[in-house]
Amino acid sequence: MQENDIKFLEDSFKKYYFEHFDLIRVPNRTSEREFGFQKFNSGMTRHISIKDDKELHLLLMKNIPSDVYCSNACYSFPNLPMNEKDWKDADLIFDIDAKDLNLECRKNHTIYKCNECSEISTNSNNCSKCNSIKIEKKSLPCKNCIDASKNEVYKLSKILTEDLDVQQNDIHVYFSGNEGFHVYVYNSQFQQLGSRERSDLTDYIMFNGVIPETFGMKKFKPNRLSFPDFEEKGWRGRFSKEVYGSKSKRSKIISELITNGYSSFQKTLEDISDKIGSKIDPNVTMDIHRIFRLPGSLNSKSGLTKIFCNDLAKFDPYIEASFLGENSVHVMANCPIEFKLKNRKFGPYFNEKVSVPTYAAVYMICKKLATIS
Amino acid sequence: MLALGQDEIAKYPFLADAGQYLKDKGFTLEQFGTDPDLKSLVEKAFNRIEVAADGKIYHSDLIGDQASNQAALPREVFSFLLAIVLLKLSGMTTLIKRFALAEARRAEKYLEKDLANISDESKKQLAIRIIDDLFSVQVKKQDDYFVIPVSDYLKHSINFHEREWKLINRHVENGLVFLTPHETVRLIRKELGTYISSKIINAKTPPMISGFEEPVNKLISMSKKFTTFTITTGEYPPCIKHAIEILEKGENLPHSGRFMVATFLLSKGQSVEEIAPLFKNAPDYNERVTLYQLNHLAGTSGSGTHYSCPSCEKLKTQNLCFAIPECDNIINPLQFGKKRI
Repeated sequence: MQENDIKFLEDSFKKYYFEHFDLIRVPNRTSEREFGFQKFNSGMTRHISIKDDKELHLLLMKNIPSDVYCSNACYSFPNLPMNEKDWKDADLIFDIDAKDLNLECRKNHTIYKCNECSEISTNSNNCSKCNSIKIEKKSLPCKNCIDASKNEVYKLSKILTEDLDVQQNDIHVYFSGNEGFHVYVYNSQFQQLGSRERSDLTDYIMFNGVIPETFGMKKFKPNRLSFPDFEEKGWRGRFSKEVYGSKSKRSKIISELITNGYSSFQKTLEDISDKIGSKIDPNVTMDIHRIFRLPGSLNSKSGLTKIFCNDLAKFDPYIEASFLGENSVHVMANCPIEFKLKNRKFGPYFNEKVSVPTYAAVYMICKKLATIS
Repeated sequence: MLALGQDEIAKYPFLADAGQYLKDKGFTLEQFGTDPDLKSLVEKAFNRIEVAADGKIYHSDLIGDQASNQAALPREVFSFLLAIVLLKLSGMTTLIKRFALAEARRAEKYLEKDLANISDESKKQLAIRIIDDLFSVQVKKQDDYFVIPVSDYLKHSINFHEREWKLINRHVENGLVFLTPHETVRLIRKELGTYISSKIINAKTPPMISGFEEPVNKLISMSKKFTTFTITTGEYPPCIKHAIEILEKGENLPHSGRFMVATFLLSKGQSVEEIAPLFKNAPDYNERVTLYQLNHLAGTSGSGTHYSCPSCEKLKTQNLCFAIPECDNIINPLQFGKKRI
C-alpha cells in the first residue's frame, strides 16, 4: 500500500477510535486476556496485556492500529511467551464466513488483483495482462452473502441451545467487519475444553463424520424400528425432518432407504450435511490460543466495524457497521463491482478519478481497489 | 479415598493402599518368599502377569461378584499386590503396560456389572463414585441410560479412533450424552489403564526378596519376546503426495495443508533448508517468511515447541485426507508404510 493511502486510512481510523471508543467492548477478565495489534504495512505485535479501558484507549491512540485483537482465552500471564502464559480457559467461539459457503453469487462480486502489475480481472488462475500467478482474491460481499451467513448462525444457535444446553442470552453474535459473523458463547460447560475436544464439537455442529448406524441403518438386516422418529430431539430429529419431509412420508421413505442400502444411506448423510449442519470454520473453534478481532474495532479489510448484532434478522452491515466520516475525498478507483454503503450506491468505477465520502473511499482502499489521488 | 468392603478390594485391588493392606493382614513381603504356604501366592501373581502379557484377562476366583469362599478374597488382593512387586523387581515397562491394561479390562467388567445392578443400589453407587472420584466424570442415571455432561464425555472420547465414539454419533440432549453401562465404563478404559500403570510406576521398588529371584528372571526373559522391529517402505502417504502435487503446480495450498507437509517432512528428518524450496511456486511465496515459519515448526525458533504432524482424523476434517487402502487404519500419516516384523 502506498504511503498517502496509509496516511489517509490512519487518519480515518484515528478519528473513529477517538469518536467511537464507546463501541469498543473490553471483554470481562480484561487483565487475563492477551491483546495484539497490527499496523498498516507491518507485522503483528501480540502478547500484550491490558488492565482496563483506559489502557486500551491509550494503545489505540498511540499506535493507530489497522487491526486490534484479543484472546478468547484467559491466562495467568497473558504477556509472556505462549508456553509460559499458563492457559486457564477460553470462551467458545465460532466463525462463519460467506466465502466458505460456496454461494452462487460469489462469482458476481469476486475479482482478482495481480500482485505484480495491479491488473484487475475476473480470471482466477493467472493475470490476464502479465500472466503472473501471484494474484489476490478480492470480494465485495452482497446481501445474499450476508443472508446466507445469518442462516448458518441460526442453525448454530439452535444446535447450541437445543443439544448443548447453552442459554440463548449467553450467545453473542457479532458482524466480523468483512464477510461474516463471529459467535461467542459464554458460561458454557465447554469453557475449559482443550483443542481436540473442541475439534470433535465442531464436527458435531457441522454434521461431520456421521455413520449410518447412528440413524438406525445397518450393513446387514437393518431394523425399521431403529430409524429416527419425527419428534426426536437432536440430530435424529433434524435428520427426520430433512429426509422424511413430513410425518406421513416416514414409513415410505424408510422402506426406500432400506432398499437402497448402506452406501447409498452414507451418501444421503453426506448430501444433507451441508443443509442441516452449520458451516463454521473448524480451525477457528479448535484454536484455544487464538486472538480475535476486538468487538467494536475496525476491520482493515473493509474499514467496517466488528459490531454486536442486537437483532440479527434486521441487521444490515452496510448501514449499521459503517461509522466513518462523510467528508468527500478524491480517489483513483478501479472497482468494477457496484457496492452499497449507508444506503448509497457506488461504482462500478473503471480506472477513474471520483469524489466519494470518506467511508466509501476507505472501503475501496482497504479492498485495494482505489488509491488516494 | 473410598471406604471399601472386602469383596470390593478384591474386585478393584488397585484402590487399596498396598503397604497398609499387608500390615493390616499382619504379613511382610519376605514371608511370601520363604513360607511354603504363602509361596503359592507368588506363583499365582506370576500367573496373573503371564496371562496379562498374553493379552488375556486374568480369570479370578471370584464367582459373579462374590468370592467363592472367604479365603479367596485376600488371595485375590495378595496376588495383585505381589504381581506389582514382581513387576517392579523385573523393571520391565512393556510388562507393566500389558499388566495394567489387562487389570483395567478386568476391573471394567466388574464396574459394568455393578453399574447395571438393579437389585443392589449400593453397588451401583460405588461404581458411580469410583468413576467420579478417579476420572472426574459425573454419571447420573436417567431412565435406562447413564448420562454424563458433553464436556466430560469429550475429554475421554477423543482418545478413541472409532467413528462411533464421535459426539455426532451419540445421543445428545440438553448438554448430556446418553450411554449404556457398557459404554460408560468403556469410555474410561484408557484412563483406568493409565491410573493402574501410574500406580505401579510410582510404587517403590523393594530390594530383591529371597525366593522371588526365579519368577523375576522368568519375567525378564518373557518381556524379550515383545520387542518388535519395524520396517518402512519410504513411500509418502496419499495426503502428502497430493499436497506436494498442488505446491508443484503452483496452486494455492491452504495453511493447514502447508502445516501438514512441513511437519510431516520435518518428522521424516528433512531439514528446513531442504523443505523450503517446495513452497517456492506458491502464489504468495516469500522466502524469508517461509524460512521463519519452518524454523518455528521445527522448534528452532520462537517458543521452541516442536510441532508434530496432524492426525488422520484432523486431516479428514480439513479436507486434506485422500485415504487409499494402503492407509489401513493408521491414525497419523507418519505411520504410513510402517510394518511390524
